[in-house]
Amino acid sequence: MTTVRTPARLTALAAIAALSLAACASDSNAETSADAATSGEITITDPWVKTAESGMTAAFGTLVNGTDEAVTLVAAETPASSMNELHETLSDASGGMSMSEKEGGFEIAAGESLVLEPGGNHIMLMDVAEPIEAGDEVEFTLTFADDSTFEFTADAKDYTGAQESYAPEHDMDMEMDMDASPEATADEHAGHDH
Amino acid sequence: MSRDATEPGRGLSRRGFLFGGAAAGAGAAVALGVDRALASEPRATLDATGLNGARTVDFHGAHQAGIATPIASHATYVALDLHGDTDRDALRRMMRVLSDDAARLMAGTGALADTEPELATVPAALTVTFGFGPEAVRRGGGDAAAPAWLGPLPAFDIDALEDRWSGGDVLLLVSADDAVTVAHAVRMLLKDSRSFASVRWRQDGFRRAYGSEVSGTTMRNLFGQVDGTTNPEPGTSAFDDVVWTSDPGWLAGGTSLVLRRIRLDLDVWDEVDPVARSFAVGRRISDGAPLTGTREADEPNFEATTAAGNTVISPVAHIARSRPVDPREVIFRRGYNYDVPPTGDAVSESGLLFASFQADVDAQFTPIQRRLAEGDLLNTWTTPIGSAVFAIPPGCQAGGYVGQTLLD
Repeated sequence: MTTVRTPARLTALAAIAALSLAACASDSNAETSADAATSGEITITDPWVKTAESGMTAAFGTLVNGTDEAVTLVAAETPASSMNELHETLSDASGGMSMSEKEGGFEIAAGESLVLEPGGNHIMLMDVAEPIEAGDEVEFTLTFADDSTFEFTADAKDYTGAQESYAPEHDMDMEMDMDASPEATADEHAGHDH
Repeated sequence: MSRDATEPGRGLSRRGFLFGGAAAGAGAAVALGVDRALASEPRATLDATGLNGARTVDFHGAHQAGIATPIASHATYVALDLHGDTDRDALRRMMRVLSDDAARLMAGTGALADTEPELATVPAALTVTFGFGPEAVRRGGGDAAAPAWLGPLPAFDIDALEDRWSGGDVLLLVSADDAVTVAHAVRMLLKDSRSFASVRWRQDGFRRAYGSEVSGTTMRNLFGQVDGTTNPEPGTSAFDDVVWTSDPGWLAGGTSLVLRRIRLDLDVWDEVDPVARSFAVGRRISDGAPLTGTREADEPNFEATTAAGNTVISPVAHIARSRPVDPREVIFRRGYNYDVPPTGDAVSESGLLFASFQADVDAQFTPIQRRLAEGDLLNTWTTPIGSAVFAIPPGCQAGGYVGQTLLD
């Protein structure tokens, strides 16, 4: 389990523990649920980001609200990309799956977790300028509805899944759609083409 | 719950944990040397400790796992060639990623971004061991970082080496008591190596399945020969002296691996009767006892003579030629069998993945190999067709990665 435990509350800008990939790998995943309700903190388990030469990619992990209040994740930032969005993946009218920006952000009830995973909810990096290479450590800052923030470091991993294929006429680096129905997803990202 | 196969198993023979309570009851003496004396009369006891597949070996420690830890039934050796642009920084990133994968998989959990984490839930005493060939050490630490012994072995007359089984920049050694576990771990590690390196060769080996015989039983190779009787016992100071590098520097706590793919010509071996087979080895094929003794553990008497005045053990028998001349000439073997589809008219293509660990290849391994190349009756039926030497870095602690002492 790769968990960043920040000493601070939501309102403080938490110091980043420089995460090492192997750091907590032998911990049991079972810890997540046991800690979740009682840690008093926001934590993230197994954060990672899919490597990318440029353009678009996505970050994943399990965000755990260990506080006793609901929180709403409204934004994500990373030095690796100048534009980022919170995405959800839903079945669409065509019978496929497509992703779109999550309006209003993700609410996480007290003690609950938000799973960010390929094929599901994720943090979308829209404009990667420098290559994100395997083994890189990429920093993220999450912002919640009350303007509090939470920082974590994600390990970059090669991953050939999490492919979002757009309609063939679209740019090849628009590659992050999970979808079974390419045409259906193009509209959601028409504005992101670059 | 998984049980840790190394704590307190580190240093115990496989018998230690297959016997479970029996070994514990007999006390530490069983683990530390008396062990071998008992080898000819092992008492088989069912392992009733739970699912064998749940056993785990700790990735972290002073030494890498997969060397002193109990030997598992399946092993896959993969050699990688580094891409041209894999520099020191990339090598560091690669080893961080692979170490993290190994730590998670050995604990019985999926790797980060594992597409089949369900396959990771049966660790079956999985171990992952990393090694560096000369090119990886050069890129990681410059020419001065490479030990003198790191490179191809001297050419031996008996060799018929093929590139497809030889050399390599980085070694992945994956072993477990379950072949599915090995397959998944190998694939995960190779997926995460792809950005940095390509596969040069892969060699798969097997031994008796876990639980098929008393753990700690010396393996038989596919000649039927009891192979590995005089191995030092993990957990003893003798083992530590033989295996671990004590030189200061990045390799301290590490070792070296010599991997030789030795083809066994079973079709011709078939023509050799049991007496001649035993004569060639110097031990009885039936039970591994030296021709001058009655039990596998007996010390061979190389001076004993027959009525005709010849030594009972031929001076060119395998055990006569492989015994140390200098006391430093001791190695620790972890061999596996291989058996792959034959070509042409042959009915088998089989052999031995001869693997030996030693602190210093030149001082410990090469003199033995030289003597065997000069004269060993077994050479009639054995041919080395692959050869590779790797530096095996020390282990790492939680938060670190294998190779850190070279790459940080």
